Amino acid sequence: IIFLGMKCPNSTANNKMTSLSAKDKDTVKAFWANVAGKEEQIGCDAVSRMLTVYPQTKTYFSHWKDLRPGSAPVRKHGATVMTAVTDAVSKIDDLTGGLLSLSELHAFTLRVDPANFKVLAHNLLVVLATVFPNDFTPEVHVAMDKFLAAVACALSEKYR
Amino acid sequence: MVVWTDFERTAIQDIFSKIDYAVVGQAAFSRCLIVYPWTKRYFGGFGNLYNAAAITSNPRVASHGKVIMEALEKAVKDMDNIKATYAELSALHSEKLQVDPDNFMLLGHCLTIVVASQLGKAFTPEVHAAFQKFLAVVVSSLRKQYY
Repeated sequence: IIFLGMKCPNSTANNKMTSLSAKDKDTVKAFWANVAGKEEQIGCDAVSRMLTVYPQTKTYFSHWKDLRPGSAPVRKHGATVMTAVTDAVSKIDDLTGGLLSLSELHAFTLRVDPANFKVLAHNLLVVLATVFPNDFTPEVHVAMDKFLAAVACALSEKYR
Repeated sequence: MVVWTDFERTAIQDIFSKIDYAVVGQAAFSRCLIVYPWTKRYFGGFGNLYNAAAITSNPRVASHGKVIMEALEKAVKDMDNIKATYAELSALHSEKLQVDPDNFMLLGHCLTIVVASQLGKAFTPEVHAAFQKFLAVVVSSLRKQYY
């Protein structure tokens, strides 16, 4: 087996690390249905954790008054992120196309180092494990990890 | 020299006193093999690791998971000397086992997820940060003897 690096190429070439099988897509869609109604709680917790556990991510939010876990700007941003991820689930068959404008936003305006996408993804997975300890099985975990990597890939598309 | 706050020390020791090493070890290690399948390359002698079901029911995976947790406990018991504690293990992973050290944090991620699912709300962002710091120190110590 040829090992393909975690970084996805900024091209439309099929990358085995991030292309989602039909089973992956079904698993993600089925699991994400559990999230309905809990988006704010989950989003807030994921962003709170990211800022606390990986303090380098705070550098992107110096314009917020309050960076503490559960603060108003954190809660609001968590909701924004979750809305976007839910949207990505609905566009799972064409993430690159579906997330084009979000990619432009991150590339040209926000200029977030794409390495941080993995960081937020990891924290989201941790939260999902706390909220859905029984449903977040290894099989769901790998499908979600692949999905979030594919989302990160799509977000990186416009960077260079 | 790693400096641990009282909160961090307590948080780490608390986590390890609460978890069942056999259960958490098996769950974390099997999850690592399932979610990051290239890690299977180091366990050719473990028998059937073909799919998630095989990995989850594999007795060698279960016992090795427990071995990993017992090794982590050594660091918990002497948090100010983790580098020294793992000097031999680091050489082992580098020279004999030849494990790509980037893999260490993959197991760390899976362990975090399993601990999170066990502790639920008690795994607050602050406790999570302490655990992440602990894992970073462990991984760094395991990387020390690579050249």
